[in-house]
Amino acid sequence: MKTAAQLALDTASGRGVTYADARVVSIRNRSLSAKNGRVGHASESESLGIGVRVIAEGAWGFAASADLSRAAVEAAAARAVEIARASARVKVEDIRLAPEPAAVAEWTTPYKVDPFTTSVEQNIDLLLKVDAEMRAVAGVTLAESGMNFQREESWFVSSEGADIHQTKYSTGAGYTAYAFAGGEIQKRSYPNSFGGQWQNRGYELVEEMKLVENARRVAEEAVALHHADQCPEGTQTIILDGSQLGLQIHESIGHPIELDRVLGMEANFAGTSFLTIEKLGNLRYGSELVNVVADARQEHGPGLGTFAYDDEGVAAQSTPIITNGRFTGYLSSRETAHTIGGARSGGTLRAEGWNRLPMIRMTNVSILPGEKPLSLEQLIAATDDGIYMETNKSWSIDDKRYNFQFGCEIAWEIKKGKRVRMLKNPSYSGITTEFWNSMDAICSRDEWRLWGTPNCGKGQPQQVVGTGHGASPARFRNIRVGSAYS
Amino acid sequence: MLNKEKAADIFARIRRFSSADEVEVIFNSSRFALTRFANNIIHQNVEEENSIVSIRTNFGGRTARATANQFDDESLQRAVVASENLARVQAADPDLLAMPTPVEANSEDRAADKSVRATRFFEETAAITPGDRAAVVKGIVAVAAKHRLTTAGIYSSSESEEGIFNSRGLAHWHQQTLAEVSITMLADDSSGWQKSNSPDVSQLDPGRLAETAAQKAVQSAHPREIAPGKYVVILEPAAVLDIVGFIFWDFSGVAILDQRSFLNDRIGTQLFGENINICDDAAHPLQAGSPFDGEGMRRQPVTLVENGVVKRVVYARATAQKMKHSEYAAKVGAIQATGHGFPLPNEAGEMPMNIVFAVPENPRSVEEMIASTERGVLVTRLWYIREVDPYEKIVTGMTRDGTFLVENGKIQCGLRNFRFNQNLISMLSNVEAMGSPVRASGEESFDMVVPAMKVREFNFTEATKF
Repeated sequence: MKTAAQLALDTASGRGVTYADARVVSIRNRSLSAKNGRVGHASESESLGIGVRVIAEGAWGFAASADLSRAAVEAAAARAVEIARASARVKVEDIRLAPEPAAVAEWTTPYKVDPFTTSVEQNIDLLLKVDAEMRAVAGVTLAESGMNFQREESWFVSSEGADIHQTKYSTGAGYTAYAFAGGEIQKRSYPNSFGGQWQNRGYELVEEMKLVENARRVAEEAVALHHADQCPEGTQTIILDGSQLGLQIHESIGHPIELDRVLGMEANFAGTSFLTIEKLGNLRYGSELVNVVADARQEHGPGLGTFAYDDEGVAAQSTPIITNGRFTGYLSSRETAHTIGGARSGGTLRAEGWNRLPMIRMTNVSILPGEKPLSLEQLIAATDDGIYMETNKSWSIDDKRYNFQFGCEIAWEIKKGKRVRMLKNPSYSGITTEFWNSMDAICSRDEWRLWGTPNCGKGQPQQVVGTGHGASPARFRNIRVGSAYS
Repeated sequence: MLNKEKAADIFARIRRFSSADEVEVIFNSSRFALTRFANNIIHQNVEEENSIVSIRTNFGGRTARATANQFDDESLQRAVVASENLARVQAADPDLLAMPTPVEANSEDRAADKSVRATRFFEETAAITPGDRAAVVKGIVAVAAKHRLTTAGIYSSSESEEGIFNSRGLAHWHQQTLAEVSITMLADDSSGWQKSNSPDVSQLDPGRLAETAAQKAVQSAHPREIAPGKYVVILEPAAVLDIVGFIFWDFSGVAILDQRSFLNDRIGTQLFGENINICDDAAHPLQAGSPFDGEGMRRQPVTLVENGVVKRVVYARATAQKMKHSEYAAKVGAIQATGHGFPLPNEAGEMPMNIVFAVPENPRSVEEMIASTERGVLVTRLWYIREVDPYEKIVTGMTRDGTFLVENGKIQCGLRNFRFNQNLISMLSNVEAMGSPVRASGEESFDMVVPAMKVREFNFTEATKF
């Protein structure tokens, strides 16, 4: 594989490029599901190919091929150079890359159980057990569960001498119970929506999730929602569970800090950002309790954004994004670092596979837990009047990442420190900076989980990658609730 | 790139490697290129070539799929073994059908094939080079410079081949090209957008799209904020397709059987206004895509909504069989396989994805809709639409890239963008006027043939800060 990558570099270099890199990527995936007592789908896939990225005449070109024969690799590299020369016809200045030591490295996701060594029978049996538990609850009209494993091996070489071999494993599993009755569809998911929990780990993640043990409770909640009161409309104190707060971070912090968005590179599709460059170091993003990092290092945890090197050979880093409420950092790349005075890339350039151009993506964008011990139950007990919301159901935010609205699957009204009644169809909305400035409590480390968002879309052609978001439950004051049904 | 002959050879090799009762192979082969621009320069410029073979094996009611993109014997054998191993360990599914024969799949409909062939593949589109794309982008940038704007967008081109073969003799092949332009023009506090695609690049007019997007950016400068509330809106075709696209997942037999459709207990009722007529027609001249479904069944034209009444849903083969014997059979209209199934095995079943809205009795241009509006909002584009309530079909999202206040029959000024929470059943019951349907493309839903719509009581719930 490395030979093919080196051949691409040699071909591009022979055609007068000032920079080139090549990634050979081999991906294996297993995807299984169950639905209403039967296997929903069972599939495996493999994908292998090379992507060649070059700078010629000061502009970018990229070409990818699934064919790793000598002729095809040379053709792909030559095509990348031809494309770069075409790009140069519509440029203002040459691309500048921030300097980066040429890394020579080998790295593999730490795992206990290679998920591909587990048997398909074992996987299906677990899903069907979960399915049976959900359908044992009267009123459940649809039970869906799923399990996914991925192994991605990549070989990266660059004309500057980088030579990096990485193997990443990711695992995900979860389920949803639906209940249709009386002109209403309700659902509950475990441990999260978006297919459950996802991390860069082995099968041990599935074993730790207690999938079967929670299935009946989750299904009962889906049915019970039909008898719950509608979430009222108004201005409220809200507490969000960690998984919902993870998605709130993703949408209202993770995306607006992408420097390519800030610089207008995504204006046609994903949008731009309200976080214009003069706000760096100056904007009061949130309350003093809000501390957010973008951390791709293994020591942050096994998130979907954990790696040793990004897809242009920059080592994983931790960047302070919000420090005691103040905006302190962007997600950057070698091409964009200079626009914020950075001497080095933040190491966030990632690609979906061999056939996609790496671009700035979230790694693990996480809010740090509170320093004082505080459990969720203690937080609820300390809340006189509010609504506790759990598990995302809908999510939407404008193209500058200001105005958002989220719906959750379930909520409970809190009165005088106690959950007094279940509420259905909860939603809340707001403006990003106003929302984060209203945070007045966050639970401590023992409530903190590193959640996985497996479906983050960005770019043209669109690329879907996984991102990680560590969060513990937190409380927000004076939030608009219920406008989704107004 | 694969072609039908190469695919037939690969299929023959796969059959030799497999011990399954039945084998089906789906081929996808494409060359795709996209030139992306922003800040008036080309900043990303990519091309890829890939071919995929996806193998489904059947063993007496057990089925599974394995996919690969390498075609040497070892890779193909590994994919066959993976598919067979996944299938063998399952319990038999009594609803799984034998693979369709060419007769059942209606393979010999030459008239439909001719119609599709004439509108889907164009050599001129397949021949577009990086230099051609750069020249088009240069023209778009020139329009931006003329109006003192900044532009961002894409110009892409592709050619693709797809086919399906099975061990009962079915062998379909389809060729497709597509060229697409999407343009955003940005001013200091406003923007405009246009997008268009076609299998035939000669049908695209990037210069005209750039001028329209630029005019929207200029005209919406210094946007005013008005209070959210219920407004008359004029939705341009791309805005219509992005929001109405959220209903079509539910026009599926499996969605009814799973009781996750907003059409549960509603088929045959007057759900929308009498002026709403919708069909699914893969052979329509403004449509794109292959004429067969994930099992190789020919896609049949289906009337989904007639004078506002939901007539029926679409079916994959197994779904139709299951529905006929279900408790819902008497309540869902015609039940037959319509050629809308996804590749098996899957949970979602089927979906209509070649939507065509009928030409209304008195089509009105957007300009006529504006002229007839005392007070309302003109919407160019919608963004980040998500479902809030699956049965009432409430969706939320934002306006974007050209939102205007219309008063006394004229565009008065640009507006700050709104968030909406809109019940789609109400929306399609409140359509006061429609344009002639056009092929439109957005970002939230698949391409459709849709009209512009003038809709009363559209529910804006919040405004954003720009």
